[in-house]
Amino acid sequence: MLLSPTQVTGVRMKLIAWAIALAAAGLSPAAAQTPQAAQPQPAVTAPASAQPQSPEGAAASTPGKANPSAVTTTETGVGQALPETQIGMPVKAGTGLQEQVTDVGRFAAGFHNNWLLLLCVVISLFVLGLLGFTMLRFRRGANPTPSRTSHNTALEVVWTLVPVLILVAIAIPSMRLLKTQYTPPPADVTVKVTGNQWFWTYSYPDNGGFEIVSNQLKEQKDVKPGERFRTDKDGPPMLAVDERMVIPAGKVVKFLVTSNDVIHAFWVPAFWSKIDANPGQVNQIWVKVDRPGVYFGQCTELCGARHGYMPTAVEVVSPEQFDAWIVSKGGTPKGAKPAATPAAAPATAEPAAATPAVASSAEAQPATNQAVTAQN
Amino acid sequence: MATTADTMKLKAHEAHGAHHDADHKPGFFVRWFMSTNHKDIGTLYLIFAIVAGIIGGSISGIMRMELMHPGIQYLNHAWPIGAGTAAGFDEQLHHWNVLITAHGLIMVFFMVMPAMIGGFGNWFVPLMIGAPDMAFPRMNNISFWLLIPAFLLLLGSTFVSGGTGLGAGTGWTVYAPLSTSGSAGPAVDMAIFSLHLAGASSILGAINFITTIFNMRAPGMTLHKMPLFVWSILVTVFLLLLALPVLAGAITMLLTDRNFGTSFFDPAGGGNPVLYQHLFWFFGHPEVYIMILPGFGMISQIIATFSRKPVFGYLGMAYAMVAIGVVGFVVWAHHMFTVGLTMETKMYFTAATMIIAVPTGVKIFSWIATMWGGSITFETPMLWAVGFIFLFTVGGVTGVVLANGGVDNYMHDTYYVVAHFHYVLSLGAVFSIFAGFYYWFPKMSGKMYNELLGKLHFFVMFIGVNLIFFPQHFLGLDGMPRRIPDYTPAFEKWNEVSTYGYMVMAAGMVIFFVNIGWSLFAGKKAPDNPWGEGATTLEWTLSSPPPFHQFSTLPKIS
Repeated sequence: MLLSPTQVTGVRMKLIAWAIALAAAGLSPAAAQTPQAAQPQPAVTAPASAQPQSPEGAAASTPGKANPSAVTTTETGVGQALPETQIGMPVKAGTGLQEQVTDVGRFAAGFHNNWLLLLCVVISLFVLGLLGFTMLRFRRGANPTPSRTSHNTALEVVWTLVPVLILVAIAIPSMRLLKTQYTPPPADVTVKVTGNQWFWTYSYPDNGGFEIVSNQLKEQKDVKPGERFRTDKDGPPMLAVDERMVIPAGKVVKFLVTSNDVIHAFWVPAFWSKIDANPGQVNQIWVKVDRPGVYFGQCTELCGARHGYMPTAVEVVSPEQFDAWIVSKGGTPKGAKPAATPAAAPATAEPAAATPAVASSAEAQPATNQAVTAQN
Repeated sequence: MATTADTMKLKAHEAHGAHHDADHKPGFFVRWFMSTNHKDIGTLYLIFAIVAGIIGGSISGIMRMELMHPGIQYLNHAWPIGAGTAAGFDEQLHHWNVLITAHGLIMVFFMVMPAMIGGFGNWFVPLMIGAPDMAFPRMNNISFWLLIPAFLLLLGSTFVSGGTGLGAGTGWTVYAPLSTSGSAGPAVDMAIFSLHLAGASSILGAINFITTIFNMRAPGMTLHKMPLFVWSILVTVFLLLLALPVLAGAITMLLTDRNFGTSFFDPAGGGNPVLYQHLFWFFGHPEVYIMILPGFGMISQIIATFSRKPVFGYLGMAYAMVAIGVVGFVVWAHHMFTVGLTMETKMYFTAATMIIAVPTGVKIFSWIATMWGGSITFETPMLWAVGFIFLFTVGGVTGVVLANGGVDNYMHDTYYVVAHFHYVLSLGAVFSIFAGFYYWFPKMSGKMYNELLGKLHFFVMFIGVNLIFFPQHFLGLDGMPRRIPDYTPAFEKWNEVSTYGYMVMAAGMVIFFVNIGWSLFAGKKAPDNPWGEGATTLEWTLSSPPPFHQFSTLPKIS
């Protein structure tokens, strides 16, 4: 069946907790976040701690080995953080949703695990039990003379209305979830995600527009001598890429998703939502990831021969590391004035969240820092 | 329609018991290649569906072999579908896409639909309403024979270039622009023509069934006295008639985009690829009900027969199917939740989709209520029917999960979806086809099937298909996308289990074919009604097999 007995009790406990949370908070983490996002944020992951569940708590509560050293980022350099097993990637022989690292994802996963899944199990078992009982009780040996009953209006009304009530009880949190997903707080960072046959490119239009080309890393046996191949530091087979997308933790990141050729779909399971990359159309989703780490995903719309070979890897780092990474890629951190175009950035006169070093290195760059890191 | 002469001869010979002259059959070629007899055409459809099912099922066998372990193990071999050695890596991967495309199209258009509508519909709708034949016997013939070139075009498409490699590798949905600018070569054109022909075949069949059911019911057989199987076919053919022209339009637009420089779906020319998805799923969602509604009808007949009770809540059952059919036309965009819809659109399609659970629930509970108080025996058809009810419920509840637009953001295009629709199709529609096959096999062939082999077939298949598809829920939740030939090692365990399940299922199919062969040659002669007092529909009043022309004198329904 869907759940082992121990899991079922766990689910019930969680259901209660979830119901309380739902009643208390109106279940709109985004709404709770909005006023904060309007303020210039201190450049640390601190805002996440305003949430009932802190990132550390989330990590520690994961089953098995919770690797506290998600912060190895600093040691290995941005873009090369060591992935943690169990987080941000499929769990070996896993049977449930991947661990969620955004508020929306946790809301949605809770809705699935504690409510929808429970209903699935209960309804399936109810029908199974009813069937089993009927088969035993009304087998020919036990009931040689069949009744001729073929109507019972009250019963028919009941089994029409009870499902309606259950569906309403599903629809209410479901609509809230949609509302939350479609109510993005103001974005701190924008990443333009472009699907290509068969790789992703990521560009940062608000940070100078530089572009990252992200290809799957092949296994050692599949590459020519001297070429880069996948190691476990890069991530699991099939999922590791040569150049990861980098985004800051605790910040609202807006993904603008489109395609250069056929339809692809951008998905990182740990961030919950996927969105199609359609040619000629820009779709938008947003995430606010509250814990640093490396998160893997795959293209989820059939896009031709190598559809299974265009993974996504997103490295979530502290805002300082993010700004440093932006600079290292030749971009301008948000708020730091690009030296060559002083008049171009009037409205967003936020205090620079980044370190002074960023601004000084930015002026060394040309005003439009494009195609600096396009590489393979 | 029977001629006067036939009727007179029939009367003259009635004393002999056998409908000798009504049973006069033409020679082999005329009988099977120029047939206008609904039963013979039904038989042809069933044979066709079995052949297509073997091919489509073998393709899934190749797919499960490949997916058993990470890495590419089998795609570099030459397979009958997509013949020729796949030379380069990309050709091998393209070959994978050809397999998934062929599997989907074959199972939908050339296995389930021909078996249910063409096979059982042709055979039993006229018998159940007391009609001598279908309304348009020659059109019935062309409906069947259009399927043959359609199937040949689809199979043939795997031998010609589809861009990256041989064959059409677009998925059964044929999404633009992968199917337009993304697939050079004639393979996709051939697949499109194949769908055109199959669609024309179904539209003609639909017209035939509508006319037959509305005009040729025996005296006294009002709409509200029709057996539920006839109701299910009636609703199904209306869905076909309304949905298939939209598909025909959509794929014709694909064709002109590909070959004649239009840009319906090409943003560079002002088109929109999402438009194709709307058109496709406006057909595609009713299509999934087309594949399951006749199954609902068959299950209703079988449950009532073996419970020895009339169907519980007959009118509710009939109008639940009508409701499913109607609502089925306004929920299509739940297949497109990640395409970039507005919040309001997703909310509407979430709510509308969930509403379908209500009439479906009515059907499930009415089947159980039909059994309740009955005097149930568990012959093979009943086992399949009861298995259907439970497995369809499991597929149904995961459908409610997927109906939630916010949740589907995660599930969409993962193995969770694959598990869901195989629970309602491979364990729903196919179980109902087997239920119907065993139920009517004695009527169609005049021979009893082997009960022991039938039951063995059921239990082996039940275990097999659950082993295949239940772990795929886990794969989907863990994040495995659909339509990929290779995967990260974390997904290995459940894929391996799934492949073992396929082996069990395949063993079950061997039992099935042994049973057919054994029964046809050595089966006991079937009585007119092998199922006893619960089998109350008109086909059981006829001999097994029924005479070549039946109801020369129309039965009267009180």
